Amino acid sequence: MTQTVLELAGISQAYGSHLVVDNLSLRLEKGRIGCLLGASGCGKTTVLRTIAGFESLLAGEIRLNGRTVSRPDNTLPPAKRGIGMVFQDYALFPHLSIFDNVAFGLRKRDEGEKIIRVHEMLELVGLKKEQHKYPHEISGGQQQRVALARALAPRPDLLLLDEPFSNLDVTLRERLSLEVRDILKAYGATALFVTHNQHEAFAVADEIGVMSGGKMLQWAGAHELYHRPADPFVASFVGEGVLLPGVVRAGGRVETGLGVLQGDFSAPCVDECAVSVLVRPEDVVHDDDYPVKAEVVRRNFRGASILYTLRLISGDLVQALVPSHCNHAIGEKIGIRSDVRHIVLFPRP
Amino acid sequence: MSDSSSLTTSSSPERPPLGRARSGPFRPRFWDGWRLFALATAVLVVVPLAVVCVSWLTPAVEIWQHLRQTLLARLLLNTLWLVVGVGGLTLLLGVSLAWFTATCEFPGRRFFSWALLLPLAMPTYVLAFVFVGLLDFAGPVQSLWREWFGRDAWFPAVRSTPGVILVMSLALYPYVYLLAKNAFQTQGRRALEAAESLGCGAREGFFRVALPMARPWIAGGVLLVLMEALADFGAVSIFNYDTFTTAIYKAWFGFFSLNAAAQLASLLVLLVFLLVVVEQRLRARRRFATARSAAHTTRMELQGWRAWGASLLAGAVLLVAFGIPAAQLSLWALAAYAEEFNTRYFGLLGRSVALGLAAAGLICLTALVLSYAARRHGDPLTRGLVRVANLGYALPGAVLAVGIFIPLAAFDNLLIDVAANLFGLRLRPLLQGTVVIMLLAYLVRFLAPGFKPVDGAMHRVTPSIDEAARLSGLRGAALLARVHLPMLRGGLLTAATIVFVDVMKEMPITLMTRPFGWDTLAVKIFELTAEGEWQRAALPALALVLAGLIPIILFMRHAEK
Repeated sequence: MTQTVLELAGISQAYGSHLVVDNLSLRLEKGRIGCLLGASGCGKTTVLRTIAGFESLLAGEIRLNGRTVSRPDNTLPPAKRGIGMVFQDYALFPHLSIFDNVAFGLRKRDEGEKIIRVHEMLELVGLKKEQHKYPHEISGGQQQRVALARALAPRPDLLLLDEPFSNLDVTLRERLSLEVRDILKAYGATALFVTHNQHEAFAVADEIGVMSGGKMLQWAGAHELYHRPADPFVASFVGEGVLLPGVVRAGGRVETGLGVLQGDFSAPCVDECAVSVLVRPEDVVHDDDYPVKAEVVRRNFRGASILYTLRLISGDLVQALVPSHCNHAIGEKIGIRSDVRHIVLFPRP
Repeated sequence: MSDSSSLTTSSSPERPPLGRARSGPFRPRFWDGWRLFALATAVLVVVPLAVVCVSWLTPAVEIWQHLRQTLLARLLLNTLWLVVGVGGLTLLLGVSLAWFTATCEFPGRRFFSWALLLPLAMPTYVLAFVFVGLLDFAGPVQSLWREWFGRDAWFPAVRSTPGVILVMSLALYPYVYLLAKNAFQTQGRRALEAAESLGCGAREGFFRVALPMARPWIAGGVLLVLMEALADFGAVSIFNYDTFTTAIYKAWFGFFSLNAAAQLASLLVLLVFLLVVVEQRLRARRRFATARSAAHTTRMELQGWRAWGASLLAGAVLLVAFGIPAAQLSLWALAAYAEEFNTRYFGLLGRSVALGLAAAGLICLTALVLSYAARRHGDPLTRGLVRVANLGYALPGAVLAVGIFIPLAAFDNLLIDVAANLFGLRLRPLLQGTVVIMLLAYLVRFLAPGFKPVDGAMHRVTPSIDEAARLSGLRGAALLARVHLPMLRGGLLTAATIVFVDVMKEMPITLMTRPFGWDTLAVKIFELTAEGEWQRAALPALALVLAGLIPIILFMRHAEK
């Protein structure tokens, strides 16, 4: 049986007259990792700080394990929520050793229990040898893991992570995001993290919420976000591709510059209705036997594949992901066909 | 710029970007002008130190017997009380006020946040004579007291150990306040949030996180305070509270024993040194990185009596340390205006300003050259020399007066001897009785506060800025005039202002090494307060307070940006 750990019911939050979170709801089950994904300034960090209790609410309600912790008229202090938090800059205590940092939240336990717990946590994050060092004496990746251990040590009901990988360099970021997921899963933690990087979101989260302008646009798993975006913004924010103009014809077909597409529609549409069709780069297949020709206008070499931007005869641009042995120069005309099974379309105004 | 020079510039990319301007067939000497200059300024700091230490080779036996019997125990005890009392009280005042203004919200917080720095404008000796004038037997407060409670009513003695400690703490707490507030502001908030998320309440957060994290800054502030307290001459003279600085003065101008003065000075240096060592120990190996401050900081809203308590504490400190003394000074100045505001006064003012300007110019130039030296040569030796040159700030003015006067006088005498013996000439002393001695002592003492802003500005002139300027054809003097000086102007101006005001307020060096007739505002205040002429001292004091406000206003405008 699943148990809801975190529930946000229509929360809003404003700085002055500027609404930064707008009627946002979500629900996170026990043991799941959620993610708020959005560009900077979309209000995702504010949501996190509100859950932690650092900010009070303008409207709505926050419940933790069924208990209301935030209402517009009442905010339970952060110290009493049973929430752990990993900060963007880690906020390790520079005057305490690694051991004491991790032990910080355990001061009400007796000494023996404390030592066992700290060692257990340092073991989990692989930093037992560094326990006597100070934060400035270890690397950024290690600091990040200390912050994680410190937040997990008091066994919080919910762990919040604010842009946890943004201070790390790219290669480390990828490795550590997988490591953090393993640690969280091994521990069975319920966690919510915030990022602007979709690869991190895909790598770590079970469920992802895409935010824009303080609103939650879609809350779903990575596969669904990519293949069945609920909204043109989500479609363009997550993954690559273009929105191609088209017209719905009778018999479940859509006429576009790429030819006539056939398949099941993501949304019911009346015939002769003008739509935008989401075409991902992998939906466009390079095939010189095919009569539809397109002109290469830009190429982006990616090693195993090349991402071509192509101009169709209709003048529309599409992207195509092509194995990199098919090497074409800019200005060349190549044959393409579409390979779309599920057609994602949005009505065009 | 000619083509050939641009070719030579670009054809040797392996040359360090800040290398010597000319690359001839000869390797440049190691001791070039920059390193020699750094060496000279470092020597200037070391010589007075060496002189006061070497003075023990010829002990002034008689005077020491006298000193040991009557004075030495009292000097040590007085100094100990001063360090403990002023250190403790400034710690308490500075940290609590910094905590409230940096992390809490209470009525008047924005005002107090900057206004609590105002006491920095008041030289310690000015605050001291205002307090003594207000509270001593003939003063207005005690007169009123006697009127109310009768002729024999008890009143605490003003010229007492607690009196000195209180006045000095009120004058010096802003150092601790400023540094602690800085620490709380830059890192307190985020760390406190982390502590909160780990189950820490506000009070616990203060003692377990904020305070220990701010410790290096707080310790630095207290060290500054204690160095000022040990170096103070004016305030302790007014309180008749014997410390090493007053003893040095008495040994020199009472017993006319420069040697005994130098020996006392060496003891004072030893105390300062001990203080620095203790502070370094307190910091231990914990070198704290400064975290970025959070963009959106929330303050703790203090409620009810707590809020008013915070306002009351800040208001009371501000009133006692600045409001009342400033008002009393103005009243006295107004009363003495008719008699004192005359050409004599303008003479004092003029000499103070002239000395301040001369020292500011000298120090800015020295700081500029030193800063260039450090930029050109990043080697440990040059950096070490620059650091030594900046240590002079730790030397009390009384020590410097002795330590610089002795070798220069010896040099003079040597010159006179040589001239008389070899050439039969009768020379007059070359340096004694000139302002050169004073200016050199100022240079040693105030180089550090002048060097800091100049060097800070110099760090913004990065090597790539030089390279960009060279690529667009600027070299040598043009580079200096069109790129460097405009970028350094702010730092130089700040340095000049700080040094100017510091020199105007400076008392012991000016008093002990001034040429005949070179009375300044500070000297006049010393003479008048020695005779209890508070009212007449008010007008010169007010000029110093007004001058002291300038750097504070500059600092606050800079902080607001």
